[in-house]
Amino acid sequence: MSVPTRTERETDLLRTETAPVRRTLPPWVPYAVLAAAIAVGGAAALAGVSAGLGAVLTVVLYAACVVTVSRLVEGPRKAKDRVVTTVVTSAFLLALVPLISVLATVISRGTARMDVEFFSFSMRGVVGEGGGVYHAITGTLMITGLATLISVPVGMLCGVYLVEYARGKLAAVITFFVDVMTGIPSIVAGLFAYALFALILGPGVRMGVMGAVALSVLMIPVVVRSTEEMLKLVPNELREAAYALAVPKWRMILKVVIPTALAGIATGVTLAIARVIGETAPLLVTVGITQSVNLNPFDGRMATLPVSAYYQYVNPGVPPDPALDRAWAAALLLIIIVMALNLVARLISRRFAPEAGG
Amino acid sequence: MAKHIQVKDLDIYYDEFLAVQGVSMTIEPRSVTALIGPSGCGKSTFLRSLNRMHELVPKAKVEGQVAINGRDIYGNNVDPVDIRSEIGMVFQRPNPFPTMSIYENVAAGIRLTGARMKRSEIDDLVERSLRSANLWNEVKDRLHKPGGGISGGQQQRLCIARAIAVDPAVLLMDEPCSALDPISTQAIEDLINDLKPDYTIVIVTHNMQQAARVSDTTGFFNLADVGQPGRLIEMDTTAKIFSAPREQATEDYITGRFG
Ligand SMILES: Nc1ncnc2c1ncn2[C@@H]1O[C@H](COP(=O)(O)OP(=O)(O)OP(=O)(O)O)[C@@H](O)[C@H]1O
Ligand SMILES: [Mg+2]
Repeated sequence: MSVPTRTERETDLLRTETAPVRRTLPPWVPYAVLAAAIAVGGAAALAGVSAGLGAVLTVVLYAACVVTVSRLVEGPRKAKDRVVTTVVTSAFLLALVPLISVLATVISRGTARMDVEFFSFSMRGVVGEGGGVYHAITGTLMITGLATLISVPVGMLCGVYLVEYARGKLAAVITFFVDVMTGIPSIVAGLFAYALFALILGPGVRMGVMGAVALSVLMIPVVVRSTEEMLKLVPNELREAAYALAVPKWRMILKVVIPTALAGIATGVTLAIARVIGETAPLLVTVGITQSVNLNPFDGRMATLPVSAYYQYVNPGVPPDPALDRAWAAALLLIIIVMALNLVARLISRRFAPEAGG
Repeated sequence: MAKHIQVKDLDIYYDEFLAVQGVSMTIEPRSVTALIGPSGCGKSTFLRSLNRMHELVPKAKVEGQVAINGRDIYGNNVDPVDIRSEIGMVFQRPNPFPTMSIYENVAAGIRLTGARMKRSEIDDLVERSLRSANLWNEVKDRLHKPGGGISGGQQQRLCIARAIAVDPAVLLMDEPCSALDPISTQAIEDLINDLKPDYTIVIVTHNMQQAARVSDTTGFFNLADVGQPGRLIEMDTTAKIFSAPREQATEDYITGRFG
């Protein structure tokens, strides 16, 4: 037969596909397809379909086209790879959407009040425009600082106990409760601190330390866990080396184990601070809010950044805009602080990690 | 200064598992004792029971007697820290302290135990120890660089320098040369010979030639089967063990017929 049948042509095609040298899509093809898909999705969005639907349309269109083309040119294995790549990338983009949108909103609305007055004035006697969060910045720094002062020793010692001293059942029980504590709702921590101080000082007290205690309840488990994880990473051989030199256990822990793990622990502590610095609910019930600077954490209400942002928002006054601007600016400031703390944590873990063995 | 070690009916357990059974031996001062035997027969376990490192493993225990200069180290009010201050140890894998410099590593035994010493004395001690460990020339220009930043063989010699810096009476070495090249191995063997007049040295080795070269006495450990406890099969002068051992198992092991 001179004219090959269709099935023969197909087998021919298959044969080229399983040949060792495979055709691959030129690298620009996916991008071209993506551009086309975006154009279609964008057009759909403009034509009145909602933006979200337009995005979904883009992704589906892109995935369908790329996979079909890839299947035809590169074969089924490569096509599967493209499917997975598309799914993973879209999941990543999806996760990025809220983050970017929050950042964009906070930055665009928060920068209006990023001025000198905002950082140097309190809200004392301010009605309407002007005013600042100086009192809330000092409050936040003092309360988180105090919380760190409480949590770091307690949490670190607890972590050291768990790794270096506790044996068997007890350690397992403590670790379990620490894990449970990591998940307690922050308002519960606030109510706990409130109840604790109400028992001692009577109901209705509001003090900076109460907030610090509430935040410590949230911070301690994080510090315990990170200390524990870091100490577990310290190789046992180092402990043995110290023991063999007749170093007593407590000195071994202090001079060998903790220094080896210190960078990791410091990173954990910094992240724990970042985690609690934006807490609102526990501070609302324990520290409340005030309009003026209060530098005494043992006497009366204190302002904090998250609570003052909240307060500006629920009690904006008339007209509401200056208060809302202040709230956004406070939110932006918090985000900047948390970002800075994260950067510090990275810096610590990079700079102070012990030199790797040769 | 060197001390005499007397072991009697020593049973060593990991929890319920009897790892070493019924070891009795006498280790003379100013001598080098080599422990040989197939993998898993309990050489390291035995060695670690001589300076009370064994009990650091959870639930591990020791029964029997180990006396150093007549004093039972497992006696009632003996502090393991005291015991370890007289008995230095070098491990199979080099383990310098990664947060400390080379200098601080050597000085660790002094500094971490809280002993007071003048700066110049510590300088001398560090240099002397590093010279004894044949490491001085390689690191003298970077004493304050991290102890983990040198080669594996150099790290091992650093660990030996660290162990001898505290001037122990007994030195336990668990396969100290398994990570070293022939030249460093030679250096360690020379070092062992140099130390012999002042120390009691016990060395675990898988290298028959090394045992024959450095030791005065050799102990052969063996185990009947997997899961069975290891035992001391035979112990005698090295010359005797390597020329005319009493036990067939020893001869088989030395001539490489098994293990
Ligand atoms: N930490 C431990 N827990 C439980 N069993 C252990 C432990 N360490 C060692 N053993 C067991 O004790 C026995 C003796 O081990 P040991 O390490 O003393 O052998 P070894 O003679 O030093 O071997 P090698 O020559 O391979 O170093 C082995 O059966 C081993 O499995
Ligand atoms: Mg061993």
